[in-house]
Amino acid sequence: MLRERSLLVSALLDRQPELHAEWMAELRASGSQKDLRIGEADLKAQTGELLRLIGEALSQNGSGDVTAPEWKAVRGYLNEISRSRVHQGFESNQTATFIFSLKKPIFARVREAAGNNTDLLASQTWAATELLDQLGLHTMKAYEKSREEVINRQQEELLELSTPVIKVWDGVLALPMIGTLDSARTQIVMESLLQRIVETGSAIAIIDITGVPTVDTVVAQHLIKTVTAIRLMGADCIISGIRPQIAQTIVHLGIDLHGVLTKANLADALSVALKRSGFDVTRGGATLDARTESDGLGASTGTNGSQPAVPPAARRASSGSRAGAGA
Amino acid sequence: MAERIPILKMGDFLLVTIQVDLHDQMALRLQDDLTMAIERTGAKGVLIDISALEMVDSFIGRMIANISAISALLDAKTVVVGMQPAVAITLVELGLSLPGVHTALNVELGMERLRTAISQVAADARLEG
Repeated sequence: MLRERSLLVSALLDRQPELHAEWMAELRASGSQKDLRIGEADLKAQTGELLRLIGEALSQNGSGDVTAPEWKAVRGYLNEISRSRVHQGFESNQTATFIFSLKKPIFARVREAAGNNTDLLASQTWAATELLDQLGLHTMKAYEKSREEVINRQQEELLELSTPVIKVWDGVLALPMIGTLDSARTQIVMESLLQRIVETGSAIAIIDITGVPTVDTVVAQHLIKTVTAIRLMGADCIISGIRPQIAQTIVHLGIDLHGVLTKANLADALSVALKRSGFDVTRGGATLDARTESDGLGASTGTNGSQPAVPPAARRASSGSRAGAGA
Repeated sequence: MAERIPILKMGDFLLVTIQVDLHDQMALRLQDDLTMAIERTGAKGVLIDISALEMVDSFIGRMIANISAISALLDAKTVVVGMQPAVAITLVELGLSLPGVHTALNVELGMERLRTAISQVAADARLEG
């Protein structure tokens, strides 16, 4: 047994330069070299280091069990390679080929060393195959794990990116929602929005759902919950960006959005919000608030009744939109 | 004698600020005290500040709704102010959306709402008279 193993070990240890050169040739033939994502020098360093580590591990523990502690360095190095392959955007088969292309050179070495002893040749080839398969499988596992890490990280980033609460005016917050709304996201959105309402003392929050692809009963339920929570805190909520298809879906599903002020786009919502907080938006001399005059601003919640509009004299005549404080 | 929540009179309004964690007994006592105080003072508005309240359960949630409804029966408008985000989320998750309870972000805005509502009522009364 020892003698059989030692054949593979000696092939790896004594003929390392040849093995290395042949492996590189194999990789070149399989097209890895044409890839611009990894340079020849890098690849050479990686293959050289891996061969060295495998040789070391094999001489310490020749059982071919790559889960043994002696193989820790090899496993660690393979993990590292897999991770870098994932980041460089290599596909799984390319990563696997990296390891499996070592087979041919090793088999050639073994055949050379075995000479006419066919039994030895068969057993050694089998040992080499087993070893390389294990290493290949380990590489794939590491590749998958690295890939999952990337996906998880991106999901988290998406979650954070997708909940920006914007202060659009004094006392008016806007939250443009992008992507599908699920329970976890709604929870985060709700929390960050409510927190910002407390921090800024904003009386009006606009939730813009232009970027929400579909609205089903669950999403609507989440929206209603958020609106209710905002109302409980004493602020008002406007939902804007309801696209025609979504409006149709909402009605067809029989979702009750009564008591929730909805607007077709963010501009309309902002205009209502400004009016409610007593701001008067004008362009030059003409007023634009005639459009929003008839909007139902919630039966008893509106504070606009108590605040006088800006008298025309107070408006500074200029081109471009201008908002003057009410009260 | 158990702790009780002070009820302050400010003009036509009653001011209740809850600064401690509300137990069930305290909430019941508050309901009694407040009803009595509205009757005694003829207050037109009640402002309940719950900004210091960190935790609620369904009972407290229901008490808030009850107090508001009782005050409405006694012709006093109630505004609940300063609800914390966590409390609001809890109530919503408990399915208590407190319909009919008026809310405001802080005491200042709450007062303004009460004044507006009461002047509205007065104006309506004048129209009818």
